[in-house]
Amino acid sequence: MADITTTASANRARSASENPVKRFFRATEIDTRLLGMVGALLIIWIGFNIMSGGLFLTPRNLWNLSVQTASVAVMATGMVLVIVTRNIDLSVGSILGFVGMSMGVLQAELLPQLLGFNHPAIWVITLLCGLLLGAAIGALHGSIIAFLNVPSFIVTLGGLLVWRGATWFVTSGRTVAPMDATFRLMGGGTEGSIGAKASWIVGALACAAIVATIANSRKQRKRFGFPLRPMWAEYFLVAIGCALVLGAVGIVNSYPWPVAIARKFADANGIAWPDGGLFIPHGIAVPVLIAIVVGIVMTFISTRLRFGRYVFALGGNPEAAELAGIKTRWVTVKIFALMGILCAIAAAISTARLNAATNAQGELDELYTIAAAVIGGTSLAGGMGTIAGAMLGALVMQSLQSGMVLVGIDTPFQRIVVGMVLVVAVWLDTVYRARAK
Amino acid sequence: MTDTTRTPLVELKNISISFGGIHAVDNASVDLYPGEVVALLGHNGAGKSTLIKILSGAYKRDGGEILINGEPADINNPRDAKKYGIETIYQTLAVADNVDAAANLYLGRELRTPWGTLDDVAMEAKTREVMGRLNPNFQRFKEPVKALSGGQRQSVAIARAILFNARILIMDEPTAALGPQETAQVGELIKQLKKEGIGIFLISHDIHDVFDLADRVSVMKNGQVVGHARTEDVTKDEVLGMIILGKVPPKAIPGPGAMQTA
Repeated sequence: MADITTTASANRARSASENPVKRFFRATEIDTRLLGMVGALLIIWIGFNIMSGGLFLTPRNLWNLSVQTASVAVMATGMVLVIVTRNIDLSVGSILGFVGMSMGVLQAELLPQLLGFNHPAIWVITLLCGLLLGAAIGALHGSIIAFLNVPSFIVTLGGLLVWRGATWFVTSGRTVAPMDATFRLMGGGTEGSIGAKASWIVGALACAAIVATIANSRKQRKRFGFPLRPMWAEYFLVAIGCALVLGAVGIVNSYPWPVAIARKFADANGIAWPDGGLFIPHGIAVPVLIAIVVGIVMTFISTRLRFGRYVFALGGNPEAAELAGIKTRWVTVKIFALMGILCAIAAAISTARLNAATNAQGELDELYTIAAAVIGGTSLAGGMGTIAGAMLGALVMQSLQSGMVLVGIDTPFQRIVVGMVLVVAVWLDTVYRARAK
Repeated sequence: MTDTTRTPLVELKNISISFGGIHAVDNASVDLYPGEVVALLGHNGAGKSTLIKILSGAYKRDGGEILINGEPADINNPRDAKKYGIETIYQTLAVADNVDAAANLYLGRELRTPWGTLDDVAMEAKTREVMGRLNPNFQRFKEPVKALSGGQRQSVAIARAILFNARILIMDEPTAALGPQETAQVGELIKQLKKEGIGIFLISHDIHDVFDLADRVSVMKNGQVVGHARTEDVTKDEVLGMIILGKVPPKAIPGPGAMQTA
């Protein structure tokens, strides 16, 4: 008892001597690193908006940006776990290509012969097969790494070549199109968005979830008598979380369908075409929704489940993890299988979006995925990284690319910039970590 | 203390292991009774750590037998050892640097909620309780273990070992990283655990660290056991003679590694 009171007063004494900014960060427990990334993102956005004459920060461009980010963001969440355990996966782009091509052939050529064209079950069967295939490929890589002790760099470098070759082999290099109509919804577009009303519902649910999470964590901490955040900090976190969610929904809801598609829709449904045109908002795109769900699930796995705890312990000190009785090899296999599943989800998004499976699909995606994870604060030395950071990293990478296209920078120069940004970002991170110590 | 009619808690019989032709441990036998502290002494490279890693499941023995309470025990990995109530505090501490104290204490044996998720709050509560007993000044529960001092890391490692009601505790150079005050704390702790009937192996190359704490000493040299002795029967100098020369004093029981007196 005496202990608790002395520490409480010590804490009060400490916080009184701090400046207001420090006290604010301590009270809200906001990760300053993540905040730095948000700052960098805002600078990129505002910079491109000025350079493009106000084209970047429009609902249309931001909506497109969200859709373009989805596939790499999904894979980056898995790459975090891979890199946290001091491994690397260079094969994700090729797995995406191979799984995408397999799903393409399955839904466009094999299943229609069995079930008939546009059968409602085609997309489910295709997706399940894709997920299984991805998991199997990942588990194979993981097993070779864990049980045969081949370094992950080599195994996945081999995988990069093998699965790209296999992608060609499936159709001898031919592009497969078109995709199943329902499957295509996973790629976004006017059809593949959930509309204004559903978007607001999703937004409201997200706000409710934020309130519930914060309230629950406060209740738990109170139950065991742990130090609590001040009330104003709790309200502040709720307010900022809800504002971000509702703001994002507001933006995607102010991007209307293109006139031609809206007109076709009006004709088909017998709606009279008004003078000012018909304003039908897109709402949240399905791939973005998928990416958000993946992000939440992966965060849950990495922070709330035993598996996630093992992943981080393994990355921090492999020997200690082994001595603590963790089956480290199985953890490695599971990580790579999970990565394979995420590649399959990304493959579904990108083939659906393109409405075709090509043999170049996902080329260089491994590098963008790794870059996203690393920019997002995943340490290559292992043991550190967050899912949210990696997804934000993917958004930063995609913002740079889209922005440069919008401003009209040539393709070769785009790659030069992306490459340099990666190196600078990691350097800044090293400086930050050295100072944090 | 060591009356021979009782069954030893642990009996390592004729243990051998070699790495690439070098006999790191050669036909070594040691035993441990409940509530007893046995110091395992020897130079660096004498094979003490290797012998004990066989008991804790980190290495697989080439030959020999492990008996727990007189029954043959099948120990092939750290998980098996923990099932027999054997907990180890390694020289390197073996903590995961990047996670907090609670995560380290429960590593491999996490508490879970009915939904199968980690019960962090319960783990932290129990951690606060155990650490409060070991090291009342410890307050940095939220920080990764990396940020802690040597002594604090040591208390995390010890807390992990005693958290799960160990019956056999192995401490490999437990005070190597500690200052005088923390060393004294560890000494107090060992006496307390002894009272609870836990058997403790203390491993050290420095006799001064352990002589006063131990009931018996077993000395190793070049992978072989030089001999065993009760600490009340021998002097520090005689034990040093065992460590350095392999010379067994009259009241000690010689082992296979004893110097042959012609």
